[in-house]
Amino acid sequence: METGLTEMLVKKARNGILPWSEQAALVQATGLSLREVEAAALQLGIIPAHYSSNQGAISITEQLKLLNSRAAVIGCGGLGGYVIEQLARLGVGEIQAWDGDVFEEKNLNRQLFAQIPTMGKSKVLSAAARVEATNPAVQLIGYAHPFKGTEDAKRLKGAAVVIDALDNIPSRLLLARVCKELQIPLVHGAIDGWYGQVITQFPDESTVEQIYAHYRAGQDEPVKPPALSFVPAVIASLEVAQALKVILGRGDLRRGQLLAVDLLSMDIDTLEIGS
Amino acid sequence: MKITVKLFAFLRQGRFKIRDCDFPEGTTVGEVLDFLSISRDYMKIGIIMINGRHGVFESVLHTGDILAIFPPAAGG
Repeated sequence: METGLTEMLVKKARNGILPWSEQAALVQATGLSLREVEAAALQLGIIPAHYSSNQGAISITEQLKLLNSRAAVIGCGGLGGYVIEQLARLGVGEIQAWDGDVFEEKNLNRQLFAQIPTMGKSKVLSAAARVEATNPAVQLIGYAHPFKGTEDAKRLKGAAVVIDALDNIPSRLLLARVCKELQIPLVHGAIDGWYGQVITQFPDESTVEQIYAHYRAGQDEPVKPPALSFVPAVIASLEVAQALKVILGRGDLRRGQLLAVDLLSMDIDTLEIGS
Repeated sequence: MKITVKLFAFLRQGRFKIRDCDFPEGTTVGEVLDFLSISRDYMKIGIIMINGRHGVFESVLHTGDILAIFPPAAGG
């Protein structure tokens, strides 16, 4: 790190915290990116102010690790919107996002980036705009098409974690296979009405494949299930908690287990699936 | 024979979360599902667990078994 930047960061930080205005000014003065300035600050033990409330729950070293990590989110709808929002606020440096859809009125009841002004607009581009407004130090790398085979699989290389925010079984099974091939941990989430589920699986596990074992390729897709506003929010939050722990390598990931969330009965059950 | 049936997610609606049931010896998982009017359609049946081990429609149940049925969600 150049001495000038170090001196400026130390000078501009107040009680170890770097305000946004100073951070933006340093970007202007040095020509560095926001992420580079944040990384330099964190290396000095200085916390960008917008991450200051993360401290205590995660360390400065862990904050830096997040900033240097990439997470992939497959789907930018009900689950994906909340997942991307929370990853960006946490400070995950790079977020890859796939979705080929545009927002429709039926998305307004639950999809975070679906607003009257975004009707008819690309979900991926809307997500990018939201991230830019929420945490511009984070880069959203968007792909405005559905996650497909080989080409998209190549793009996943180097991701610390993949988060399933898809809306159908065949795509989920494809994603689980790709994650195995690339040896990337997968956080699965799915919703239906008042209910949802979360699974975290590593490349040597097949918990997701087991829960969809009765699915047969070519089987007609049923009508899209209903979904209430809070259900994707809850399931996406659980997925992000798992993804964070995967990146940081701590906490309990409940491997081999399915977390079954029933918001009507207000139960969270754990089912042992993998064995 | 007495078995305990545990249902999850929307399978609970109009039925129950957990119940001790009486079935004739030799009853299979599929027959329990039929009795409970639960379709064998793939979206309705994701995971069948008998005493924590994976079961199938043809699995024969025994006295004291705990049968858990979880329908996986697929939306997002």
